Amino acid sequence: MGDEPLVRWDWIARNWDNGTPYAIKALLEDHTVMAFLPVVFGLLIALPLGLACARWRVLYQPTTGLMNVIYSLPSLALFSILLSVTGLTRTTVIIPLTLFSLAVLIPAVVDGMTSVPDHVRQSAVAMGFRPLRRLLQVELPIAVPVVLAGLRVATVSSISLVSVGALIGQGGLGYLFIDGWQRQFPTPIVVGIALVTLLALVADLALILIQRWLTPWARARRAA
Amino acid sequence: MGAGEEGGVNWLVEFFGDPEHWSGPAGIPARLLQHLEFSVLAFLIAAVIAVPLGLWVGHTGRGALLVVTSANAARALPTLGLLVLVVLLIGVGTVWPVLVPLIALAVPPILVNTYEGIRGVDADLRDAAYGMGLRGRQVLFRALVPVALPLILLGLRLAAIQVVATATVAAYVGLGGLGRFIIDGLATKDYGSVFGGAVLVVLLALAVQWAFTLVHRVVVSPGVRQVR
Repeated sequence: MGDEPLVRWDWIARNWDNGTPYAIKALLEDHTVMAFLPVVFGLLIALPLGLACARWRVLYQPTTGLMNVIYSLPSLALFSILLSVTGLTRTTVIIPLTLFSLAVLIPAVVDGMTSVPDHVRQSAVAMGFRPLRRLLQVELPIAVPVVLAGLRVATVSSISLVSVGALIGQGGLGYLFIDGWQRQFPTPIVVGIALVTLLALVADLALILIQRWLTPWARARRAA
Repeated sequence: MGAGEEGGVNWLVEFFGDPEHWSGPAGIPARLLQHLEFSVLAFLIAAVIAVPLGLWVGHTGRGALLVVTSANAARALPTLGLLVLVVLLIGVGTVWPVLVPLIALAVPPILVNTYEGIRGVDADLRDAAYGMGLRGRQVLFRALVPVALPLILLGLRLAAIQVVATATVAAYVGLGGLGRFIIDGLATKDYGSVFGGAVLVVLLALAVQWAFTLVHRVVVSPGVRQVR
């Protein structure tokens, strides 16, 4: 590399918001959207499926088996296979990432529901809670810590995996890796790695805060 | 693209039916062998580093915070970026620049699961082993490891899957292996090659998954399996 510095700060300043779709700021926004949509979709699908698996245990084994298989598939392979259906669009990245989120979230929802102590459930029944209200007001809140642990894993992996999409032209900050490689210029790559990691860190922190807000009793118990 | 649904099947027939894809240094067998070679090497090195370290940290409890934190951070690292950066800085003379990120990505899952496995063993069981007169190392290998084996294997499986997937991406920086079909196909708009390569990678990933299920069945003690 000769005397090329690892990071050229002036390049960052010039390209942060240069008006093109490849400005760092635009890529960061792109990346954020493409990373979060799969997690949101994943949660929306995993909640009913997970609840069904927790309710009818026979469903659980085949579902987790399938999810294990999906989780083992390389993202680039899934992107490539979907190319024939959805072309070079964002959807091609979002669908596999949604599947990966599901693979993490469905077991998390089931484990969360299993973590509800039986005496609590019985107390709720005895107090006259109907199934739906019991689910919403008793079981789901107790399941929150376990589900959120899964959500954190899904979010962080999703943020890091979006960049592979750059190989099919839809990778948010991953574009910086391709750009840096093609020009043999390390600055964009370093910026990309730093921003992806930072985004993951911020998202993880946000989820920790959400968990604290959703489970105030945990804090009270810790203080006691 | 307008390929439609038949595109996929036609591409497969075209890709797998072409005799050129079955011989020579760019053929499917050669590429598969390359892929396995890199993956196995990276996986073994990662396991040699991470398993003993995980056992040690789990058994002694030293450095646990460091292990957990670094493993979480590693999950956030973008594979493609790490790969491109390391290869750009070191150069592509040998396979080592590509192996380094592969190893770096495989170590955390093995390390954390080994650590958690040992840590999570029932304290009564540990005490009982000491009570029977076993010493530190004997307790670890005769009592803790067999009980922790399912989690250790899970870590190894996740790492192996991660390595196979990343080795696919590594074709972008010039590594051989099955990823070449995808990357070269994308570059030349030969979607038959892209699709065929992707199917091969999926099959390989499934084979790895299946191999670990088999290993699990063979090495995990039936008593431990029942508890889970």
